[in-house]
Amino acid sequence: METSVFIEQIREIVKPYAKNTEALANLNTSTDFINDLKINSANLVDVVLDVEEKYDIVIQNEEMEKMLNVQAALDIVTAKLKEK
Amino acid sequence: MSNRVVITGLGVVSPNGVGIPAFRTAIQQGVSGIRFEEQLAALNFSCQIAGKPEVSQEILTAYFNELELKQLTSSGIIYGIIAGLEAWQDAGLSIGDENGDPDWDSGTIFGTGTSGVEKFRESVYKVDEGQVRRLGSSVVPQTMASGVSAYLAGKLGLGNQVTTNSSACTTGAESLLLAYERIKNGQAVRMLAGATSDSSPYIWGGFDALKVCTYKFNATPEKGSRPLSASASGIVPGSGAGALLLESLEAALERGANIYAEVLGGNINAGGQRNGGTMTAPNSKAVQHCITAALANAGVNGADIDLVNGHLTATGKDAEEVMNWSKALGVEGERFPYLNALKSMTGHCLSASGSIELVASALQIKEGFIFPNINCEDLHPEVTALVDPQRIPRTLLHKSINLLAKASFGFGDVNACVILKKYLQS
Repeated sequence: METSVFIEQIREIVKPYAKNTEALANLNTSTDFINDLKINSANLVDVVLDVEEKYDIVIQNEEMEKMLNVQAALDIVTAKLKEK
Repeated sequence: MSNRVVITGLGVVSPNGVGIPAFRTAIQQGVSGIRFEEQLAALNFSCQIAGKPEVSQEILTAYFNELELKQLTSSGIIYGIIAGLEAWQDAGLSIGDENGDPDWDSGTIFGTGTSGVEKFRESVYKVDEGQVRRLGSSVVPQTMASGVSAYLAGKLGLGNQVTTNSSACTTGAESLLLAYERIKNGQAVRMLAGATSDSSPYIWGGFDALKVCTYKFNATPEKGSRPLSASASGIVPGSGAGALLLESLEAALERGANIYAEVLGGNINAGGQRNGGTMTAPNSKAVQHCITAALANAGVNGADIDLVNGHLTATGKDAEEVMNWSKALGVEGERFPYLNALKSMTGHCLSASGSIELVASALQIKEGFIFPNINCEDLHPEVTALVDPQRIPRTLLHKSINLLAKASFGFGDVNACVILKKYLQS
């Protein structure tokens, strides 16, 4: 998947959870969900569920633990889509 | 240390009006909030009418952010937050800075019977399908009993006690008395007291099964809730939330707040499920004891009460309640105070009923009116044997009320009685 396409899609997904609108507007591969977007850590599980739904994939617990920024999310989604 | 305690803010989500202005108009005009519910008919309920607040999209977007709107499916929490925030704002209080310290002097006791039954249902299905991982983050906060007080505390930045009480249909009256005591004892300066109850067939079903709901008015819903009437045939289930901001008189005067009424005192007791009291029926001796103890606590005589806002649910127990009031207050006939029953318009809002009725009580004291009783054109003979019919107004009366007694009774044989007094402001 094109990185720019993924960035737009992930921006839509995290929008309701992100408290820092500036970081949301400047979303890039190095954006950290908790530190930059100020997403409540409890809501990370909701972000993962929304990502699963969007791409019709299942993300395992170990992968979920690593999915803390946009690049990690992109890597996991790309790998899962290749498996399909 | 003993502080005087006053009510300085009101909020309400009622079947016949959401927000104080709409609610005031509805109760003054005797507007019923009872409607036919398609869903209950489809589910084979005997009683297919209910009191369900109509919360507009406009109100939802005013009180909740995008994430909350996406995740909140617990109607009781939604109602409680709307009523609680309205009471806070109505009291003229602002919502503190998100990054500042919590407000150590302010807390909440916001009750409920159960929490998030719809959310709980979604979860049960997912768990049973082996999809526990798909529950997400929002199940716990919405299904924990204290969900409503926890959400309110977060929105308001409360730093004093934050808890949820639960005592069936006494919950709302109890929350006010618990909050009152905390301020009176100097442990808090202001407390948001209130209670909520979900709109849901999963709440109402149990009452339908108990055969305590009327099944005779499915075609004429607005006539269904008939407290004090000879043709009363059971409760109409309702839902919603009421909230009252309680504050020490000193703090209220200091900031020049509008005062609705003073909480003069009250009593909470139980009948021990003895002497005729059961899980579902009240022990009359305990009810009378609760009312007389409330009068003593407030330091007033029964004969001086101007208005009784009863529990009066539209079951066969209404006449017994009136007899208990008559004995406890020591008055009957023309000397019986004015009497009104909000449930004639809202149905029985269960755990929220006491709070919604206390909101109506405070409004009547502040603004000097007595809302009409509807659906009691055929007063029960056992009621008229004790109360002059003129004391049960069926049209709006404009009258100054100095002292009001409000009681709520609940399953488990539990009781609470609150005494409110007019506070004269210059």
